[in-house]
Amino acid sequence: MFTGLMTDTWIAATIVAIIAGAVGFFTVLRGSAFAAHAIPNGAFAGAAGAWLIGLNPIIGLATFAVGASLAIASSRRARLDVVTALALVMMLGLGAFFFALSNEYASEIYSLLFGEVFGVAGSDLLPIAGLGLITIAILTLLFRPLLLSSSMPEVAEASGVRSRWMNVVFLLVMALATTLTVPVVGTLLMFSLMIGPAAAARSLTSRPLLAMAMSVGLALLTVWAGIAIAYESGWPLGFFVGTGGALVYVAARLWAGQRRPARRGHRWPPHDGPRREQPQTTS
Amino acid sequence: MAGAFTPAEELVRLDQVSVRLDGREVLRSVSLVIGPGEFIGLIGPNGAGKTTIIRAILGLVPISRGSLVIEGGTRRRRDRSFGYVPQKLVIDPDAPLRVRDVVSLGLDGHRLGFPLPSRARRELIRETLASVGADRYADARIGELSGGEQQRVLIAHALIARPRLLLLDEPLANLDLRSEQSVVSLLARLVREQRISVLISAHDMNPLVPVMDRIVYVAGGRAASGRAEEVVRSDVLTELYGHHVDVIRVHDRILVVASPGVEEHTTTQPAELSVIGRAGA
Repeated sequence: MFTGLMTDTWIAATIVAIIAGAVGFFTVLRGSAFAAHAIPNGAFAGAAGAWLIGLNPIIGLATFAVGASLAIASSRRARLDVVTALALVMMLGLGAFFFALSNEYASEIYSLLFGEVFGVAGSDLLPIAGLGLITIAILTLLFRPLLLSSSMPEVAEASGVRSRWMNVVFLLVMALATTLTVPVVGTLLMFSLMIGPAAAARSLTSRPLLAMAMSVGLALLTVWAGIAIAYESGWPLGFFVGTGGALVYVAARLWAGQRRPARRGHRWPPHDGPRREQPQTTS
Repeated sequence: MAGAFTPAEELVRLDQVSVRLDGREVLRSVSLVIGPGEFIGLIGPNGAGKTTIIRAILGLVPISRGSLVIEGGTRRRRDRSFGYVPQKLVIDPDAPLRVRDVVSLGLDGHRLGFPLPSRARRELIRETLASVGADRYADARIGELSGGEQQRVLIAHALIARPRLLLLDEPLANLDLRSEQSVVSLLARLVREQRISVLISAHDMNPLVPVMDRIVYVAGGRAASGRAEEVVRSDVLTELYGHHVDVIRVHDRILVVASPGVEEHTTTQPAELSVIGRAGA
């Protein structure tokens, strides 16, 4: 399983795991898991639309991914859930419509749901690597401002880091990552690779850089193990990567829970709790 | 109060500043001067406009009328000479950020790329944490600390860039009595030892009275400033609120009490403008 055509599979899957782990670190930190679900799944409909009018599905994928990102980015924080959900259902609706128009079974498009990791061609690798490098370069460059605005947006604003712009940039990075990874691992695997490893990593360490590195490491581990077992067993890769991502998270939480049980008591400061008693007079 | 500092010394000068947000005038002709080494309390009921004043100084909300001059006009608003501790910050308890990372982000969180680790940097972070009494938990996860501990870390985050003015929005809300007193004395010590100015907003001025140089009382988008005994008076506050209020001294406190029958004219709940001061201010 390490020869010939499979070499390209290993290389592509490795690049995808690195991207998903790195983007996933910020996705989880920002609480953007829903966007990470909506953007790849909605973009899938774009691929169907492009295929229908005879364009390269990747162009449709990229267009819809960017469109979804901008729609989500334009929303106010309080309406984020609703806007994200509506962007997703609208795009899925369009996808169903495009399929109805085509009258054909578009296996090429359906494969985008779970990817074609075993069918990666050597000629696909260069664009994947190129887009991957761009994604990593943006995340490296913006590491500190993104970290600050993701964890403490009000504080970031005062030091000149506009949370709004950071949000737009981050969602566009997610669109870029989607365009790059979905043809390889599919929308569903992309989603699980972005969330499971990153969420597990932050249970294992409180150091930001180490957490990002561990997120990448766990994503690599999940994908590599998934491909190896899927190749040997003939069972679907989606099964192994999906359950693998969730299991990595559960294992990390259990480990963290064992390590710091005493801390659990006073985690959330009572921000909105009743004020302490003080003598008050009312008229 | 104006004229106590030369224009070049003034850190902030607001002249007749009005701010409109979503078509509503939230500040009306507010004037305020902050000089070097001053400890100023921004006092008033919830919704009076305290946060808007702070955000206007930081350049985060546009001013519709009046003028705002930062450091005698020598600096642009976006320059990071002011530290800021926002109101009610909720930090994800699982966020992979240690206390030292939060403070480190205060030094250069706006810069691109990764921070280069250096001994000088580590030492500066340690010193800053020690100056707010938070060095014991430098390696703890920020989200797992108590409200009072987080408050100290955020003050360290704001202090490490050596600001000349520290703006704190309701830092005492939701703290227990002991944390409240220790944060107030920490701020008073910073003003004394590091010669920085502090503008702190609070709906309850009690804990601040012993340390404040001046008070800026905000109600209904308007403000009156001066020493506590000049401002916390029935005539001044009646003018500010637009309806009659009494200032009553009971034991060690000053109570500001709305007169009976004015509820329909007030925009604030009577309970919120009850206790605002302590006698002997």
